[in-house]
Amino acid sequence: MIIFRRQHRVLVQGITGKQGTFWTEKMIDCGTNVVAGVNPKRAGDIHVGVPVFASAGQAMAHVPCDVAVMFIPPSMAKDAAIDAIEAGVKLLVCLTEHIPAQDVMAMHLAARRKGARIVGPNTAGLVTPGEGFVGIMPGHNPNVFRPGSVGVISRSGSLGTLVALNLTRAGIGQSAFIGIGGDPMIGTTTRDALQALDEDERTTAVVIVGEIGGSMEEKAAEYAAGMRKPVVAFIAGRASPPGKKMGHAGAIVTGNAGSYTSKRTALEAAGVIVVETPCEIPDAVSGRLTGLASAERHGPVGDAARALG
Amino acid sequence: MNFEEHTAKSLILGPAGIPIPRGILVATATDAKIAAADIGPCVVKAQVPTGKRGKAGGIRKADNAADAEIAAQAILGMSIDGYVVEKVLVEERADIAREFYAAVLTDFAAGGQLVLFSTDGGMDIEEVAAQRPDAVRRRPVDIDEGFGDSEARAMLAGLDLGDAEKAIAAVLRSLYTIYRERDAELIEINPLARLNDGRIVALDCKFTLDDSAVFRQTDLAGAGAREKLTALERRGAESGLKFIELDGNVGVLANGAGLTMTTMDVISHFGGRPANFLEIGGEAYTKSEIALGLVLSGARVKSLVINFCGAFARTDVMAEGVVKAWEKLKPQVPVFFSIHGTGEDAAVKLVRERLGIEPFDFMEDAVKAAVEAAR
Repeated sequence: MIIFRRQHRVLVQGITGKQGTFWTEKMIDCGTNVVAGVNPKRAGDIHVGVPVFASAGQAMAHVPCDVAVMFIPPSMAKDAAIDAIEAGVKLLVCLTEHIPAQDVMAMHLAARRKGARIVGPNTAGLVTPGEGFVGIMPGHNPNVFRPGSVGVISRSGSLGTLVALNLTRAGIGQSAFIGIGGDPMIGTTTRDALQALDEDERTTAVVIVGEIGGSMEEKAAEYAAGMRKPVVAFIAGRASPPGKKMGHAGAIVTGNAGSYTSKRTALEAAGVIVVETPCEIPDAVSGRLTGLASAERHGPVGDAARALG
Repeated sequence: MNFEEHTAKSLILGPAGIPIPRGILVATATDAKIAAADIGPCVVKAQVPTGKRGKAGGIRKADNAADAEIAAQAILGMSIDGYVVEKVLVEERADIAREFYAAVLTDFAAGGQLVLFSTDGGMDIEEVAAQRPDAVRRRPVDIDEGFGDSEARAMLAGLDLGDAEKAIAAVLRSLYTIYRERDAELIEINPLARLNDGRIVALDCKFTLDDSAVFRQTDLAGAGAREKLTALERRGAESGLKFIELDGNVGVLANGAGLTMTTMDVISHFGGRPANFLEIGGEAYTKSEIALGLVLSGARVKSLVINFCGAFARTDVMAEGVVKAWEKLKPQVPVFFSIHGTGEDAAVKLVRERLGIEPFDFMEDAVKAAVEAAR
């Protein structure tokens, strides 16, 4: 369960704060089924039309939730995450950036033990155009997101938004946007998201928006090598000086590991088209989809499609 | 946040009960002489937060006070890996029988913690780790598992440490406790020495505090080593902005690390060179006014790209900040905008009406224009 769906019942932790309020309203406008909120000091209130509870546990005792989204500051993030996981939430979308590393480890361990999935930390969220969104993405903006069949995976919210916008402007709608987060220790990797989109019937092609640092793109390439659906990738950070932290703690390059070249080589070897700038993504996607369609008309799908790459 | 050796020893290792040599921190050669007169045969060590001190000549032995003064004279003012030495640690000289390596760190790739130990400690540990990986023992630890005596003993088993094993196991346990209680990203002792009299002593220490945990390690917050920053980068850091000066001439102001890196990539794709990395993503999106001032202060900047794509960050708020700063700063270089996402309509209107500039439809076009203008 990585792709957000209309039927998912959403719990908003930190619903009464400035950002919690702003984005809950946007989520509801977009069709997201927000069923409960959490703020220990405001339990019993109704906020933006949503009942507020003292904890995720309390909320779940009254109204079942599938997804929790956290508008929680770093110092309180671990407790909030564990509260939601223990309460039985299956998918936790953690937007918070700058959570202490050891708290992040504890969150991931709690999720593993309970069989819950964490998206993030430091994700911008999940958008399924036409169904709803959870997080801090302009999922409600029809200029950016439009229903369609291309899945987008992004470490970055701002760059992911730009890519969705470019697709939409080119007339290519999206089946799902999966923001996986810019942190070095995240619960859902590029590979996990790629597999989810590969298994999703509504997705016909995938765009990976990666970044230098770590080895997630290399691991996703291993999976992409066995996929029939076309995959296009853009990797940010080619012009960044090595050894410097570029905002995201995850994007630190030491030696060749995590370098632009390492990622590009791995992806291209797996048949993924790697483009140079974000505006080239729509053409690459439609080119691959057209190629695939004509290959389907003319003969064996897998080999022909792969030959096109 | 990195810490210098003397701070790591006095604030971290000492209080944790890990034996350290007696040492005195001084800032002048005269004080080094006085310190050495008290300590006796000693080592004079440059205090800079980098691992290249020994090889750079920043660590010297001194047999007596006069020697220590000469050593301190040579080291103070020296530049090591970009850091000018302002202080030296005059430390009791250890009579070393054997050198070990011990560390606990966050393994970001595995999402866990790692305890490291090697009997081949000393200056060449990086080469040892690269050439003979087996010479470094690695033990992953689960956050709720802990690292007690049995784990420490298991890690040291078969290394033939003799009667030193018990003391080394105690050091490993203490290091793990430090890692947990002080929110370390890295706590490292190299070398951990066995002296000829049998004592186990930490001769050097590297400590990196998790920047995200500074809020709960308040006593350490002010004790970190200075960072290697330019004056402008320091100004950025003081305003809570991540700003890195680069050697190009096309200024960059964007929101979010991913979009900012991409803007730099596209600049270089069109044959230009970015003048800086500056992102005002996350909560920093309200700081566009300060940010514009920073970017425009770069001496080499010939043109500027402002690339906003709002998800969480509201482009209207960022544009307002830019317009406000603009009226004060009156930019003398051409500026090219690309604005999309949350708050886009209001932001575009603001830039169009108040600055008389038409934002580009595609960021690539804005960047291309900026690269051409900088030529």
